[in-house]
Amino acid sequence: MSVTEPRAVTFLVRRYDPERAAPPRWERFAVQAETGMTVLDGLNRIKETLDATLAWRSSCRMGICGSCAMVIQGHPALACNTQVLEAAESGRLTLAPLPNFAIIRDLVPDLAPLFEKHRAVRPFIERADEELAGDLSGEFRQSPEELLRILQFTYCIKCGACLAACPTAATDAEFLGPMALAQAWRYSADSRDGGWSARAPLVARDHGVFHCHYAGECSNVCPKGVDPARAIQFLKRRLVFEYLGLWREGSPCRELVRPGPEKPRPDVPAPPPPTVGPLNP
Amino acid sequence: MRATRLWTWQLAAGLIVLVLLGLHMLVTHLDQLLGWFTPPGVEATAWASVLARSETTFFAVTYVILLGAALYHGLYGLRTILVELWPNGRFARALAVLFWTGGGALFVLGTYAALAVRLAAAAAAAG
Repeated sequence: MSVTEPRAVTFLVRRYDPERAAPPRWERFAVQAETGMTVLDGLNRIKETLDATLAWRSSCRMGICGSCAMVIQGHPALACNTQVLEAAESGRLTLAPLPNFAIIRDLVPDLAPLFEKHRAVRPFIERADEELAGDLSGEFRQSPEELLRILQFTYCIKCGACLAACPTAATDAEFLGPMALAQAWRYSADSRDGGWSARAPLVARDHGVFHCHYAGECSNVCPKGVDPARAIQFLKRRLVFEYLGLWREGSPCRELVRPGPEKPRPDVPAPPPPTVGPLNP
Repeated sequence: MRATRLWTWQLAAGLIVLVLLGLHMLVTHLDQLLGWFTPPGVEATAWASVLARSETTFFAVTYVILLGAALYHGLYGLRTILVELWPNGRFARALAVLFWTGGGALFVLGTYAALAVRLAAAAAAAG
């Protein structure tokens, strides 16, 4: 990032107050922006110096929590991850709440439907062998290749940018959406998971995976570089191949690896005893 | 799973349309170059050529397959768009009934048209 002179930037912010009957409106704020100032910093400055009633959602300030997703210059992005001077070369920065969600206030969208859809696809490791899975004294090992199958999808921070950019979600509010579908694939493709049979009917229903138009905008806007459109294609491929009887996939990994008796090295102190054992011993 | 089954057939129908419509284009537009299924000295789109093609078993069968694939592909695609715009269970069921019955009727009519030449020839041979 090159250092540039501080510059006046006009923040054009979409405002909405549910306590007033008035429709949403645009409001201008003049902010002196300097190198390193993120959009979130700019909003904080507006709140501190110009208008304390401006509302948005944020938490970590470092692109991890996914709270501050909003439409910046027409594209869904994280406010904490967008530099004001880079985004507002023309001197004007437009900020609006994420579309495809109800608006609670100003830049705060109601993300409850996003999390309901996420919950609906059973986003967790499921196994039939509860006894083995519940044994916390060991771990199911994954090869680097098995990890790579799911790794990028684990980076999702559930910010909602993908659903805001999705043209299918714009017309079909019941569409599961890129985030939930990508997470369905993230767990289904996990070598430790055995929950596909429960998850498949959920993603293959009406308003599920087959309603994706493959516009690819979800992948374009993801601030973490996740490619949900790719996960959706993987889901489609598995469903179709299974229907045609062409899918070959082994059962989930059953080998629980526990710390074994290793030959102690005289120069290394002995490890402490395990602090956890099997559940219900 | 119903959606998977319908979508897989949508893919298959699309592939069939691609191949058979491609063949149709080759036969009708490259007749001077290829001369496939066209009597010598006659244009591919002339009535005599169409009649000659319809009399062959290969074209009778491919016409019917193309008809079925195009109807399924088009109507299922239209249903997907409409259900997405108006996500309502009753509307989706009504559309399914309308498209299956309407599509079925069009398929019967189209099949009759594709086989009419052969049916007429068989009737003439019988008596």
